[in-house]
Amino acid sequence: MDRPLDRRKFLKVSGMSLGVGALISFAPALAAGGTPVARVRNWFRRQNGEEVSPFNLVQLSDAHVGFQGPSNPTGTKAFERAIEVINGLNPQPELILFTGDLTHESETPGEHEKRMQLFKDITGRLKSKKVMYVPGEHDAALDGGALYRQFFGETHYSFDHRGVHFIALDNVSSGKPAVGAAQIEWLKRDIARYPHTAPIVVFTHRPLFDLRPDWEWFTRDGDEVLNVLSPHENVTVLYGHIHRHDVHETEHATHYASRSLIFAFPDPTTVSDKKPVAFDKEKPFKNLGLQLLAERSGPNQRPALGVDDVELTLREYAGTDGVQQISRPGASL
Amino acid sequence: MKRSITIALSLLIIGITAAIRLKAQESQPQVVSISAKRFEFTPNQITLKRGEPVTLRVSAQDRDHGFYQKDLEIELDLTPDHPSEVTITPEKAGRFVAICDHFCGSGHGNMKMVINVE
Ligand SMILES: [Cu+2]
Repeated sequence: MDRPLDRRKFLKVSGMSLGVGALISFAPALAAGGTPVARVRNWFRRQNGEEVSPFNLVQLSDAHVGFQGPSNPTGTKAFERAIEVINGLNPQPELILFTGDLTHESETPGEHEKRMQLFKDITGRLKSKKVMYVPGEHDAALDGGALYRQFFGETHYSFDHRGVHFIALDNVSSGKPAVGAAQIEWLKRDIARYPHTAPIVVFTHRPLFDLRPDWEWFTRDGDEVLNVLSPHENVTVLYGHIHRHDVHETEHATHYASRSLIFAFPDPTTVSDKKPVAFDKEKPFKNLGLQLLAERSGPNQRPALGVDDVELTLREYAGTDGVQQISRPGASL
Repeated sequence: MKRSITIALSLLIIGITAAIRLKAQESQPQVVSISAKRFEFTPNQITLKRGEPVTLRVSAQDRDHGFYQKDLEIELDLTPDHPSEVTITPEKAGRFVAICDHFCGSGHGNMKMVINVE
């Protein structure tokens, strides 16, 4: 699926000269007027004093700060690189969503705290300051999310941004791949306030559908969550956990997985064992990256969410693009 | 005469009870015991017969774990206090990987076992 802009030589890893020349084109255009779009815009204006309007956001996932292993001996380099890429974007994203596994767990006393702090220090370099998080199992499954909450706050919550309703779901902190009955009840109450046409973005760590259960790529009660969301017509789910880009349609929602910032997993449809893709020292960021999302106009002038899968690379000699970009057709909002 | 009827009746009852007991034994599924600890199941491979009910009795030795295999409809939550069990009748032959799906530490991703059905 890769469509690199240029495949000339990359800088050697020695020295790690990182640079950014991100060429990301956003086409934020929201259809003017027309029902039901106008109705939703008016509704949001009444409820929140903020109507649906174009904006862009970035999804990051799976930095695993503290991870050490042969599948990525460079530690936080890709994560730091991603921050540079984002800081080089013009316009700057208004919102950054981090879909879990911010850190890698450690059972050495004090060590996991250090990793969370290092993660915070690195994300502190972002020019864009609205950063929202959900935990992954490596952050929150060993202590029920206690340490995570100290650093990042609640593990599930919701908020509105420019007329889009964002819902952060926690499907890790119970230890199991599950959202749990209490959170599902909360979700029902949370979305009851919104018209069925309201654009909803759910962000969570694990896939809410059965992508590959024997690789632990599922959520036990994911079906129930999707059921609760099913009356809503414009649901997008952003998740991580699988360390690769993926797009999947369920009956009522489109699900996008972001690449990781530490190592990649192989294609689950062609590989039987779950093992990280081997590190390539010539291309240390190969298969790693992030997702850029922007509101665009979709078919029939309806507003749409454009999702771009971005693979990180080292800057090339020519100093052109530091980003390989693959455009995906917009998911209808 | 009366006595022989009584004896015959008693024998009949004994016979029926025995038959019931035998029947119960036949339908009592075989039990396979599995133990779970960070980061392994023991045994880590079992073979089951297609169409034959079997009870998997899984005990956690050290902390909470999970035992999950979607296609075989196995979904257990394990705690160290008592074993959990599930009775299944595998209908399809094949190699199924059961995993621990309660995150239990750094080697959690490798905590799995193979269930062969033939
Ligand atoms: Cu376990």
